[in-house]
Amino acid sequence: MEKLIARALEGDHRSIARLISLVESESPQAEIIMRKIYPHSGKAHIIGLTGSPGAGKSTLADKIIAHFKSLGKTVGVIAVDPSSPFTGGAILGDRLRMQQHAVDPDVFIRSMGTRGSLGGLSRSTQEAALILDACGKDVVIIETVGVGQSEVDIVKIADTVGLILVPGMGDDIQIMKAGIMEIADLFIVNKADRDGADRVATEVNMMLDLLGMRAWRPPVLKTVAERGEGVEEVVSEMLRHADFLSRSEEGRRRKWQRLGMEVEEILRREIAAMVEVAWEKEKSPELFELLAARKTTPYEVAEEVLGKILSETCS
Amino acid sequence: MSERKVRVIVAKPGLDGHDRGAKVVARALRDAGMEVIYTVLRQTPEQIVQTAIQEDADAIGISILSGAHEYYFGRIIELLKERKASDILVFGGGVIPEDDVPKLKAMGAGAIFGPGTPTSVCIDWLLSAVREKWEKESA
Repeated sequence: MEKLIARALEGDHRSIARLISLVESESPQAEIIMRKIYPHSGKAHIIGLTGSPGAGKSTLADKIIAHFKSLGKTVGVIAVDPSSPFTGGAILGDRLRMQQHAVDPDVFIRSMGTRGSLGGLSRSTQEAALILDACGKDVVIIETVGVGQSEVDIVKIADTVGLILVPGMGDDIQIMKAGIMEIADLFIVNKADRDGADRVATEVNMMLDLLGMRAWRPPVLKTVAERGEGVEEVVSEMLRHADFLSRSEEGRRRKWQRLGMEVEEILRREIAAMVEVAWEKEKSPELFELLAARKTTPYEVAEEVLGKILSETCS
Repeated sequence: MSERKVRVIVAKPGLDGHDRGAKVVARALRDAGMEVIYTVLRQTPEQIVQTAIQEDADAIGISILSGAHEYYFGRIIELLKERKASDILVFGGGVIPEDDVPKLKAMGAGAIFGPGTPTSVCIDWLLSAVREKWEKESA
């Protein structure tokens, strides 16, 4: 394990890939790996790309990789696709739009299924991003599934969040309803050669006016990802945002908030494991009979279990 | 609690554009609970091998209908050896003459599934081959 981690930190792709698998499958070694990896992370610019399915996230990611590469940066990509809730299987097809970078030693692309995380970003997505960061990628791009909770969760992981919109997906109320206006640091109107692109851009700008003055006013950019149009500007705005974060109070606040969430997440996981063990011990047919007959309440039972956990851990 | 999932690359090397078979297999493997990384048409052996390594795949499934199977199987297996990744299984299907199957197996292909093979045969073979691979890893 030591050797595997050392090789990964040197940038060996096979070792990095193996570490991500171990973490993703929540193997017993996952925590050991993360403890060793974490001190090396914190250097990469983590970028989230989100937006509806078909908005062009993968195609745009492909062009963004190429642009960062031309600036001499190494790039890691995590592309998340949905797992089937029924079989747990998944077809991971995001990377097929990025295959031109497959043989580039400076680019590492990894596909992940959402597995159990109900449309949200799984914890392993964040851990995979930390691994790529620690193993020397200057930029880590996370492409979300683009539906549900993942759109909001991305802000917990990424420094810079790009929301990709396309013309013809509904009016400004739809955008407002989605609740994602607040999380985006960049708005990208893709497929801008289509009718209505200007309208979408204007509506977003008006929405941003409504939100009032903030330290960072998200730029609204237009791209035609397939032809690479507007990508240069997207990348330069992403870099400008990273620079803004490094110099501003807002940047510090976001960093601390994220670190706090990381600790909370681990606490919650540890406590959940304790609860599971304690409840497993407490469960009995007699108890269920008492509950069914309303001789006791779930509240009292929970209080008792909690009391036992506390007295055990404190002794 | 998440568990280890079988990860398979489904790839089409070379220039033939008939991807229906590859898609049917990808879908069947997904329905069997596997994670399938689908890499579209016209992939080079280098792209396929590098993809398998980055994705930490257990197996590479190759679909070939162009007649160039000897070259592509050979090259992919050779590249895996170069990368010290020969533990990644290679299997395939498509239009491959019976007479060529032993040659491909001698090169290191785990299994070749011809036209008309029920997808369940492929799934069963893959599951047991991957289980064996995992056992070797943990040994």
